[in-house]
Amino acid sequence: MYAKNFLFWTLGLGLLSGAVHAASGGTGFNPGISLIIDGRYGSYANDSDYELPGFMLGGEAGRGEEGYHLGHNELSISANIDDLFFGKFTTAIADHDGETEVELEEAFIETVGLGYGFTAKAGRFFSDIGYLNSQHGHAWDFTDAPLIYRGLFGDQIRDDGLQVSWVAPTSVYLKIGAEGTRGAQYPAGGAAHDGQGAQAMFIKLGGDVGTSHSWQFGLSHWRADVVGRQAGSHSHGGGTATEVPTFSGDSKLNGVDLVWKWAPDGNASQRYLKLQAEYFERDEDGNVELVGSSPLESTSYQGKQKGWYAQAVYQFIPRWRLGLRYDELSADNTGADADVLTEAGLDNEGHTPKRTTLMMDYSRSEYSRIRVQFAEDNSYEDADNILFVQYIMSLGAHGAHQY
Amino acid sequence: MQKIFKTGLTLVMLLLTMPAMARLSVFACEPEWAALAAELGGERVTGYSATTAKQDPHHIEARPSLIARVRNADLLICSGAELEIGWLPLLLRQAGNAAVMPGRAGYLEAASLVQRLEIPTSVDRSMGDVHAGGNPHVHLDPRHIATIGKALGQRLAELDPAGSAYYQQRQQDFLRRWQQALERWQKQAAPLKGMRVVTHHRDWVYLFNWLGMVTAGTLEPRPGLPTTAGHLVNLKQELARSPAKMIVHAAYQDDRAAQRMSQLSGIPVLELPYTVGGAAKAGDLFSLFDVTLARLLAAAS
Repeated sequence: MYAKNFLFWTLGLGLLSGAVHAASGGTGFNPGISLIIDGRYGSYANDSDYELPGFMLGGEAGRGEEGYHLGHNELSISANIDDLFFGKFTTAIADHDGETEVELEEAFIETVGLGYGFTAKAGRFFSDIGYLNSQHGHAWDFTDAPLIYRGLFGDQIRDDGLQVSWVAPTSVYLKIGAEGTRGAQYPAGGAAHDGQGAQAMFIKLGGDVGTSHSWQFGLSHWRADVVGRQAGSHSHGGGTATEVPTFSGDSKLNGVDLVWKWAPDGNASQRYLKLQAEYFERDEDGNVELVGSSPLESTSYQGKQKGWYAQAVYQFIPRWRLGLRYDELSADNTGADADVLTEAGLDNEGHTPKRTTLMMDYSRSEYSRIRVQFAEDNSYEDADNILFVQYIMSLGAHGAHQY
Repeated sequence: MQKIFKTGLTLVMLLLTMPAMARLSVFACEPEWAALAAELGGERVTGYSATTAKQDPHHIEARPSLIARVRNADLLICSGAELEIGWLPLLLRQAGNAAVMPGRAGYLEAASLVQRLEIPTSVDRSMGDVHAGGNPHVHLDPRHIATIGKALGQRLAELDPAGSAYYQQRQQDFLRRWQQALERWQKQAAPLKGMRVVTHHRDWVYLFNWLGMVTAGTLEPRPGLPTTAGHLVNLKQELARSPAKMIVHAAYQDDRAAQRMSQLSGIPVLELPYTVGGAAKAGDLFSLFDVTLARLLAAAS
C-alpha cells in the first residue's frame, strides 16, 4: 500500500514538474533552430548590365538573377546562453556561379536584462542604423532591398564589433545606441586603425497613439575610414571588365526613418496598414583608383549621394497583403579627373534613378509566405520591367514578431 | 543633427532626475492579469496591460511602447505556456531590465502555476499553432484565478515589503469575495453542464472544463489558422449528426466565420468577452464571469 502510494506521488510529481518545465516558454527547444527556405523566379524585360549611375555598387547589390533560382536560404541557431547572455549564429547558404558558398551572416552574443536599460552586443551583427537594416531580408515586405540600401550599403550594413544601447526610463520609447566595428565589410573596407575602422550611432523614438496606431522614428549616423573598398568590376564607358574601381577615404552617412502602423483596435490579425519611409545621405572624401588599369588611373573624389524610399503595405483580409513602394536616388560626385569617375560609375549621367514596385503576398500561416512582385525599374537609362515570384518558408523555432 | 542629439540628452537627464515613483509598476501581458494586479495591489501598484480584449494575444508585435513599459516595470505577469512566444522574449531582450527576467521575483508566469489541459504528446506545425506547454488560456477557469492570485499577492509583498500587510489584507478580502462568487457561479451554471458548443479557437477549454461543457468543434481547421469554406462544410455535417447549442467566439475574433457557420447550420452565434474589457459590462474579473455566464445561460434557454 505504502509502495503504491509512493509510486503514485512520485509519478504525479514527475508529471507535474515536467509540465511546469514545458510551460516556461521557448526553453523547450534549446537551442532554437530556425531554417529559412527562400526560392525565386525572376524575369526581366531588358538584358543590359545593371548599374546605378553615381553609385559604386558592391556587397550584395544587384538586380537579382533570372529564371528559377534560390534566394537567401539561411540556418540560424539561437538561445539564451545563461541568465545574462543570448547568442545567435546564422549562416547563409547560396549558389554563386554553380558553387555553393557558405557565408557567416551573424555570430553574436548579447546581454539579456543587464539592467538599467543597457544592452551590449558583440560579434558579427547587422547595424541598427535605419529601420530595415537590422532586419533579415526574409522579414522585408518586398523581395529586394530599397534602392538606397542597394546603392549605399550593398543591401545591408553588417560588420564585426561591439554595440552598446540604452533604453531610457521614460514612457515614450527612447533608445540610444553606439557601435564600433572593424570596418572590413562593404561599404567600409580595409579594417582601418588596426581593425577599428567604422562607427555608428542611432536614436530611436517610438510610442502609441490610442490603441490603433503605433510609430517609430529613428536618426542614424555611420562613418568609416575606408581603405580600398572595391566595387564590382565595371565595364561601362569603354573600360575593360578587369578594372576594379576602388575607393579610399572618409565616408559619412546620416539617415532618418519613420514607421507608422495602424490596425483596427490594434488587432493586426484581420487588417493592418504599415507605412514606412527612410532617407539617407552620404558624403565621401578621398580618391578613386581603377585597380587593374595600366598605367594606374586615379582621381580625387568628393561624393554626395542621397536617396529615399517610401512604402505602404496593407493586409486587406487575413493572409493577403498588398504593397506599394517608391524609390528615388540622386548623386552629385566631383573629382579632378571626370573620365575616371565616369569609368568608376560615379558619374550620374544626368539620370535620376527611380523605381516603383507593387507587391502582393499570401501567408498560409505565420511560417509561410508566397509573393508576387512587379517593378518598373528606372535605375539607369534603360527602363526595366521586373517580375519576381518568391516563396519564404520558416521551419523550426517560432519567429520573433519584430516591430 | 547635433542639436537634436543635445536636446534629446537634456530631455533624458530631466526625466532621470524626476523622483522615482513610489508605486510598484506591473506589466501584464493580458488584461485579466492587470485586473488581478489591481484587485490585489490597490493603490500601491500601477498596472498596464500590453494587450486589450480586442487584440489577439498570440499576434502582438514587440512595438516601441511595449519595450518602454517593460523597461520600467517592477513586475511582469503573463499567461506564458508560449502564448506570448512571438513577442515577450523579444521585449525582454530589448528592454534591458534585470528585475523582470525569468527566474527573478519580477517575473510571474501564470500558466505554470496551474494544471494545464491539452498538453500535446507531440508537436508538429501541420497541427497549427499548438503550444508544447498545453493550452495557455488558463484564466477562464475561475479556480485558477484564486491559485494565481495567491502567488501574485506573495510576489507583490516580496517586491514591496513595506506594503506586505496591505497586500495580505487585500488578498484575503479578494479571495473571500472570489470564493463566494465561485459558489454562486457554480450554482447558476448548473444548466450548462453537458452542453455542446462550437468555438472559434480553443480559448474556452478551461471554462468548459470547469462547467462540464463540451467543445463540439472549432471554426479554425487547426489552432491559429483562419477558417476555410471546406472546413465549415465538414463541420456542418458533423453537427448534423451530433448537434451543438451555440457558436461561441471571443471579442477579439472576427465574427464573420461564426456568422457563416450559423447560416450553414442554423445554430445561433454568441460573442463572449473572453477577458476583462471584452464587453461593456465586463470591467473587472468578477463581472467578466458574471457576463460570460449570463450570456451563456441566456443563449442556452
